[in-house]
Amino acid sequence: MWQTLYAELKDSNFIVIAVALESRGNEAASEWIEQANPEYPCLIDVDHNVAALYNMINVPQAVWIDERGKIVRPTETAGATEGFRKMNLKTFTMPDAEMQKARQTRQLYLDAIRDWVSNGEQSEHIYSPEQARGRVPGLSNDAAMADAWFRLGLYLYADERETEGLALMYKASDLHPESWSIWRQTADLEAVGKSMGAEFWARVEALGEKHYYAPIDMKGIPE
Amino acid sequence: MTIIINRERAHKVSANFEDHELWVERGDFQIVSGFTLQPQGFCRGDNCIPIPPNQEEIFIDSDCINLTAFAELTNSPLVSSNSKDEWFLDDSIDIRNNRLVSLDAPDFSLPDLSGMMHSLSDYAGKKILLVSWASW
Repeated sequence: MWQTLYAELKDSNFIVIAVALESRGNEAASEWIEQANPEYPCLIDVDHNVAALYNMINVPQAVWIDERGKIVRPTETAGATEGFRKMNLKTFTMPDAEMQKARQTRQLYLDAIRDWVSNGEQSEHIYSPEQARGRVPGLSNDAAMADAWFRLGLYLYADERETEGLALMYKASDLHPESWSIWRQTADLEAVGKSMGAEFWARVEALGEKHYYAPIDMKGIPE
Repeated sequence: MTIIINRERAHKVSANFEDHELWVERGDFQIVSGFTLQPQGFCRGDNCIPIPPNQEEIFIDSDCINLTAFAELTNSPLVSSNSKDEWFLDDSIDIRNNRLVSLDAPDFSLPDLSGMMHSLSDYAGKKILLVSWASW
């Protein structure tokens, strides 16, 4: 998705920096990166440091940063929709309406990036500093403590103390249940596949009316 | 030997854990916290957090600093393994919040698949779409 956009805009002083929140490192990320064959930097963040720096709680999330290093759109869902929640788990197909909504959302998000790259500060898709500040995701004390437990758990896990490490990472997830990155990464370390298995679907189901991906605040994004 | 991990890396230090407090030597304190002890208090760059009046002995004992008390004073998460042999000290929650509200994109350095390091600041002067993904 990003390679096509990057190829189109790379001569317009624009770059994509992709960060894989991937505690299993190259082993987990390389296949995906080789398949996408990107020309832009694809970085491997085994410690989820970028998630902590930008208060990211899921993937894909994105931040728009201007030429002066200022955030003009804080962390938000990067063009994704949560149509998978309506997926038929027997046939693994999504309703047409959800497919269409996913296509529309993605198109609008990519067009908004194109508009920003062409028009800079004049783009209707960037926020004023005041608006941007208001949209920075907050960091609660519990969420910050979760980051610390998660990070210590990762260290112990890598130091061959898997049981204690995973216990601390699940403790982190309990402290910050909104972070899908923490839960899914922990589940993935416990057993590859667990992050998208029955427990994942049960957690998604338990969201009820709440979002898995917060809707993007952008004109025209379908409800 | 105690291991104190921060956002940068793990540090081996000689530390003393007693009465629920972790004490480290001044030099190690500086390395793991990024702060130095100054007459004005604990300082990092221009930012100084004063030690409350008449509480020096809570924080300082000859050449050692009470990392537990420092973490509480500065609102920095400090957590330990069951054995108390490994600790993680994170950036102050207040600093983390202020940093994002400033809208200055925080810098970081990470490797690509080949191990080559890239910093966000290497790309300063361009419009950047910073996007997360994962295999899980």
